[in-house]
Amino acid sequence: MPDTTSPPPVDRVAFLAHHDGDDVAVAVRDTEPGPAVGACLATGERFSVDVREAIPLGHKIALRDIAPDGEVTEYSVTIGLARLPIARGSLVHTHNLRSARWRTSV
Amino acid sequence: MAHQRLTGYRRADGRVGIRNHVLIIPVDDLSNAVSESAARAVPGALALPHPYGRLQFGADLELFFRTLIGTGANPNVAAAIVIGIEPAWTERIASGIAETGKPVAQFSIERNGDLRVLEMAARRAAQMMQDASELVREPIERGELLMSIKCGESDTTSGLGANPATSQAVDRHIAAGGTVIFGETTELTGGEHLIAARCATDEVREKFQRFYDDYVAMVERTGANLLGSQPTQGNIRGGLSTIEEKALGNIEKTGTFPVVDALAPGERPTVPGLNFMDTSCAAAEFITLTAAAGAVIHLFPTGQGNVVGHPVEPVIKISANPVTVATMSEHIDVDVSGLLSLDYSLAEAGDRLENVIDRTINGRLTCAEVLGHREFAPTRLFPSA
Repeated sequence: MPDTTSPPPVDRVAFLAHHDGDDVAVAVRDTEPGPAVGACLATGERFSVDVREAIPLGHKIALRDIAPDGEVTEYSVTIGLARLPIARGSLVHTHNLRSARWRTSV
Repeated sequence: MAHQRLTGYRRADGRVGIRNHVLIIPVDDLSNAVSESAARAVPGALALPHPYGRLQFGADLELFFRTLIGTGANPNVAAAIVIGIEPAWTERIASGIAETGKPVAQFSIERNGDLRVLEMAARRAAQMMQDASELVREPIERGELLMSIKCGESDTTSGLGANPATSQAVDRHIAAGGTVIFGETTELTGGEHLIAARCATDEVREKFQRFYDDYVAMVERTGANLLGSQPTQGNIRGGLSTIEEKALGNIEKTGTFPVVDALAPGERPTVPGLNFMDTSCAAAEFITLTAAAGAVIHLFPTGQGNVVGHPVEPVIKISANPVTVATMSEHIDVDVSGLLSLDYSLAEAGDRLENVIDRTINGRLTCAEVLGHREFAPTRLFPSA
């Protein structure tokens, strides 16, 4: 049976970053591995990112490589520290990001 | 977008409400049964059952009195009946509400029993309902209304969409001369410096910082951490990873005006503009405190779909999560999911929200009102004696 589903338009924005320079952006729909387009809310600028793993709606993608214990910023403010090395294009969530404020937090 | 003419109820103390409720307020847990019976006998009258009011003391008792008096005094309330097990605390709460000039009646159960109190309270409630039905809405100004804001079951779509949309409404409300209360003390962690920097004076900043430090110290004194509570499991499911990320999204809804005062829980604001209140981050507790402070309309951005309401203060739900607006549409008053797909601007989302706010002010029932969400949850500071 031929595949009749067409891929989403390549310029359809899949990720939104709050501020220019943020380390993460948020998926605005369920996203599969492959090339994707993001936009910065503050500047309106578009960017490209290679998605390395499935990222569900509302979850975050790394926009740069982050070293262990490196600060991760969103809204131009630190939202936590990397537990592990995080590669650009990877999912960023509680498995690889922890609070810098509540050290015993998830 | 054309502005609607706004209407509301002018109360004897000069404050303005948008609803016209008759309340039956139990002073204590023992008085819930007869209060609810009286409300059943007079449909439309609202009982506010709760599990407290016995053997409280000190600051916890003062907050409890402030909560019950403030709720009865709220401008969305036309008249109130107070029922307690004994007359002294009943009188204290009834006289506190009566200072507003609205009709208040009080009954105590000892030396009467539930059934005699039921008849007296129901007869009085029936009369109050008829009297309230003759009060008419009058033209009001937006700036006369006290608004509160708190988000719940937040996710990353809150910070991207629902909270910035709420921010638009907050700025418009304050620009019109109005007052807005925000709070959620521990949920500012990671962004508390941003709020401190927005405080209008050093005195306000010190008050804010003291509230924040004391709340965090209280949590730490328990020896527990907030693992599993902040962020909540719902927050994490929605993509929020840390308290800092949650706090920054939370702050996105507070608009751009300076913070003009820092209030104790349930304290009535005296300075127009954006007021911080020291509160829990639990939705029903928060709205119970702001309603006690006199807030008459609440904006509630949600990501995963918190369903909270309040008996006195209407709660407008705003969501930008396309899954939530599709699966929980009966709970969402304003869908701003188009912000995520860049279908419209933030200013346009603000217009959509303002339209629903104005209709709600004029009497349109919110989703939470229609579904009977009347969560009344007084905050406790410590255990009873």
